[in-house]
Amino acid sequence: MSLQMIFIKMGEGFGKTCAIFFLTLLFSLPLGMIISFMRMSKNTVVSKITQFVVSVLRGTPLMLQLLAVTYGPYYLFNISVSRNKLIPVVIAFSVNYAAYFSEIYRGGIESISVGQYEAAAILGYSKVQTFIRIILPQVIRRILPSVTNEIVTLVKDTSIAFTVSYQEMFTIGKQIANSQTSFTPFLVAGVFYYVFNAIVGLVMGKIEKSMSYYKQ
Amino acid sequence: MNVLEMTNIKKSFGDNNVLKGISFHVDSGEVVSIIGTSGGGKSTLLRCATLLETVDDGIISYMGENVTYKDGNGKLCYAKDLNRFKKVFGLVFQSFNLFPHFSVLKNVMDAPVTVLNRNKAEVKEECLELLEKMGLSDKVDAYPCELSGGQQQRVSIVRALAMKPDILFFDEPTSALDPELTGEVLKVIKQLAEEKMTMVIVTHEMAFARAVSDRVVFIDKGMIAEQGTPEEVFGNTRNERTKQFLQNYGK
Ligand SMILES: Nc1ncnc2c1ncn2[C@@H]1O[C@H](COP(=O)(O)OP(=O)(O)OP(=O)(O)O)[C@@H](O)[C@H]1O
Ligand SMILES: [Mg+2]
Repeated sequence: MSLQMIFIKMGEGFGKTCAIFFLTLLFSLPLGMIISFMRMSKNTVVSKITQFVVSVLRGTPLMLQLLAVTYGPYYLFNISVSRNKLIPVVIAFSVNYAAYFSEIYRGGIESISVGQYEAAAILGYSKVQTFIRIILPQVIRRILPSVTNEIVTLVKDTSIAFTVSYQEMFTIGKQIANSQTSFTPFLVAGVFYYVFNAIVGLVMGKIEKSMSYYKQ
Repeated sequence: MNVLEMTNIKKSFGDNNVLKGISFHVDSGEVVSIIGTSGGGKSTLLRCATLLETVDDGIISYMGENVTYKDGNGKLCYAKDLNRFKKVFGLVFQSFNLFPHFSVLKNVMDAPVTVLNRNKAEVKEECLELLEKMGLSDKVDAYPCELSGGQQQRVSIVRALAMKPDILFFDEPTSALDPELTGEVLKVIKQLAEEKMTMVIVTHEMAFARAVSDRVVFIDKGMIAEQGTPEEVFGNTRNERTKQFLQNYGK
């Protein structure tokens, strides 16, 4: 198979790689915020349970979680494995990344001084107004570098979807590599990921720069 | 009329009795300075008055309206709608607590617009005027990190004034500043005093307290040990603890 052909075949899978990437971000970023609020809840039962769940999600391989989400329903409830693997992939990825994001959010929120909350309280801001207008913008600014790190990892982690044979770029590359006994598809995959992450780095750098108009 | 009236206020943290029954009132247009030993409860008193802390006991009222009251069983309660009281007072912090991601103008304008839902253009005009009065005209678009401590504190005073409070509290407004910067902030407060702004100022600047206040309150170990005109307290106090305190301050 020519190099050009390999690029074309894998390029077709790249759309699915992007689907995993963008859908995971779409769901995990807000879900992470909900989890971090539950983790910081004054209700210790909620907070402790959340802490435990997050530690499991962070302390076990994403691959294992993906297998559990994809095949667990079959073994547990005899529900047939869904044909469209994108659904379990996005669920597993979103929940896993939300766990990581929740800890980043929590660190950011807890790093804001009480003085900011007190100044807002004296001026009469409601709790929601305080969070949205005063706290959140400062938190985003602070956590952006850590979030960028996670996003870069996510780009590479999309390849884990090969464990459930979801036909994304890496899965296709692996199939070509097997059938042609060639290493070239893996090199091509490396190029795809590298370029993808270069773009991620560029975009995140722009966003970080646009927020660095004040010293923190 | 009394803008603020606090009666027999008690507050403890754990078994640390910080306020042991303080009664305190502020008349409209009055400037009251609070002085006293470190840990005596001055900040706690301001924090209770501004609802950052809840009191354990005692009645607080603003403009004759009760913030706290005793119910039928003699249990202390807070009024349901506390938001209306937040329009009455402002507080200037020792550490400014400006919003770092907002420009100077936005720091000052944001609360009147988003909290009081006032007209933006109108608020802007007022705020620009206040900033000019405080000598901050050229800093309108700057961010707090670009300002000196003295400028930041003046912005935070404007931020409080923009809400048009009936009473303004200051908790050691110059303690975080380099000595050469305290003057510009004290000047601004003095200017407000001349305009008959009702103010309560916790300060360690004795000369300033003496010059600007109508009344000086000396708080020691959670109690008001003495209060009176600046002359009475600084001039010839007969209170032993006040005497000792002022001596330690070298006046
Ligand atoms: N949130 C809190 N939790 C526990 N103890 C507190 C709290 N705030 C204040 N205290 C205690 O209350 C006492 C009075 O503190 P406060 O800050 O009111 O004193 P102060 O008169 O303002 O002193 P200073 O001149 O040093 O500012 C101190 O013993 C302090 O440790
Ligand atoms: Mg204090």
